[in-house]
Amino acid sequence: MNLKNSRPCGDFRTSYHKDMSMFDDKKGFYLICLGILFLIFSPLYLDSYLISLLIYIGFYAIAALGLNILVGFTGQISVGHAVFFGFGAFASAWLNNNFAIPVFFCIPIAAILTALVGLLFGIPAARVKGLYLAIATLAAQFIMEDFFSRASWFTGGVDGASAEPLKIFGIFFDTDTKYFFIVLFWVVISFILATNILRTRDGRAFLAVRDHYLSAEMMGINLTKYRILSFGISSFFAGLGGALYGHYLNFVSIEEFNIQLSITFLAMIIIGGLGSVRGSMMGAAFMVLLPEIMDWLTRSLAGTPIDNALSLSEAIPFIKEASIGLVIILFLIFEPNGLAYRWGQIRAWFKLYPFSY
Amino acid sequence: MAFDFLVQLLVNGFIIGLLYGVVAMSFVLIYKSSQVVNFAQGEFLLVGAWACWWLLAKFSIPFYMAFLLTLLFMMLFGILVQIIILKPLIGEPIISIIMVTIGLSIFFQAIMNWMFGVFTEPFPQIFSSESLNIFGLNVQTAYLMSGLISIFIMISFALFFKKSKLGLAMRATAFDQQAAQSLGVSIKQVFAAAWAISAMVSAVAGVVFGIVNGISSGIAFMGIKVFPAVILGGLDSVLGAILGGLVIGLLEHLAHYIDVQFLNIGNLIRIAPFYALIIILMIKPYGFFGTKDIERV
Repeated sequence: MNLKNSRPCGDFRTSYHKDMSMFDDKKGFYLICLGILFLIFSPLYLDSYLISLLIYIGFYAIAALGLNILVGFTGQISVGHAVFFGFGAFASAWLNNNFAIPVFFCIPIAAILTALVGLLFGIPAARVKGLYLAIATLAAQFIMEDFFSRASWFTGGVDGASAEPLKIFGIFFDTDTKYFFIVLFWVVISFILATNILRTRDGRAFLAVRDHYLSAEMMGINLTKYRILSFGISSFFAGLGGALYGHYLNFVSIEEFNIQLSITFLAMIIIGGLGSVRGSMMGAAFMVLLPEIMDWLTRSLAGTPIDNALSLSEAIPFIKEASIGLVIILFLIFEPNGLAYRWGQIRAWFKLYPFSY
Repeated sequence: MAFDFLVQLLVNGFIIGLLYGVVAMSFVLIYKSSQVVNFAQGEFLLVGAWACWWLLAKFSIPFYMAFLLTLLFMMLFGILVQIIILKPLIGEPIISIIMVTIGLSIFFQAIMNWMFGVFTEPFPQIFSSESLNIFGLNVQTAYLMSGLISIFIMISFALFFKKSKLGLAMRATAFDQQAAQSLGVSIKQVFAAAWAISAMVSAVAGVVFGIVNGISSGIAFMGIKVFPAVILGGLDSVLGAILGGLVIGLLEHLAHYIDVQFLNIGNLIRIAPFYALIIILMIKPYGFFGTKDIERV
């Protein structure tokens, strides 16, 4: 844990103001602004397939951010994040179809509804922790999946729910390029929101609960309250990501939100870095790009003896799945602090060059 | 009719419950000795079942030889998994351990699907008669055998822990790791033995399950069904695991009976154990026989 929060030497936080700043330094702020600027103009130089990958990274990153607040910052393990993601998607479609609320407002309302459901789930979950919580959320995953398949008034049952494309001022955001800006908008909002939540008293309370909950309780932090709150906030982001997902695909099927998706979310935050806001984004990008890389690798091996021996081209779905498992294992063994830590190391190296310690 | 159906379901539930008990036992064995929560227990069943099937289908050797070879293979498999994957993670937080076993489970499931296809493969015929008639009840021979094997495994487990030196060492390690180590117990050996035995026992359960229902990746779901059983019995109690498995097996078949006869909502056989799990966690999180975690500051 200490390793993650370590700063390069020379980075003295000489005032409270500096210690509480959102960005490490001016350069970090400019880098992020530059990145967003690049993304805004990306439809000019990226084709629509790459844009669709960026959209996927966007809403997965929002959901992973939520899970990271729960797991990485509060230390509560959840193996059922996908059902909240799914709940957000269904809630948004349901609100739009039944109450004729414009999609633009459906998305945040769905997120708030999901947060309420998360709070509800958080009440029993606050009683157990660690391993027991992981098993309880695993059970919740199956129970909620079952609920999705039964509640046809809400989800459309086995037929799934159709979600209208987003429309603002008469403009339909139905192409990848247009929808990209909506996702980008929400990604920026939610990352700023999450960073700021973690700077408040509540955010510091989460960290205290994670690091040593007994000490935290002795310092006057209400454990139950913060565990439930953390569940709520995490579900809020999951619902937001899910709602964006629903209106992007225009169709929400009950089979999407299975345990595999939950595990993928966990993999994102493990790979990105537990307890790191920017790690959630990195992890989401990694997990979205990983199948593409495997796809590309298999295709570039086509025709070679390896391909003929193992008939790789038919096995692409299995290779993709196995690669997910493999990267989880490899990251945990060789890079348990995740990509965000490595990124920090690289930044530090440049900052200290040529006199690294 | 309804009563016959109920009795039939209860018998099936009892036998499936015994099988759950066996898997839960091998789960508890790993948890107790090496404090690893193995989310990949179901994949051990899957790997074992496929290995046995492959030996039978490819080389058409007698069943008992294939079975013994499978056990040997699973022993090595368990030890290798422990050495390569779990050993570097000793002392890491619980989320890392949980995630690494989840990663293992995804990895092996994908590899098994790749190697053997996604369709259910029936086991070659082993018994001459499909089912036996016992007191007017139709019991599949494979079910009967699985019940007998489960009871056999449980008894040998008990004897192993009571009588053998390694069993004693494992109990000592589970009780207090440091004290055991200082008295000359090799923790390395104990961990390896725990994983090897667990993998072997899981493989037996996997083969039995494969004979009854055919092999598909659905076997791996046993590894998830095991959680209600171990939570009910207490995470670190072998006896509790057996009882928990039995109760969960009976419970889900009872739920199925109620579902079919009265409620007609479907799928209750699959979902009832998880409701039970949540309820148990709410009222008695350490199960019937689990050790209560008492925290002192």
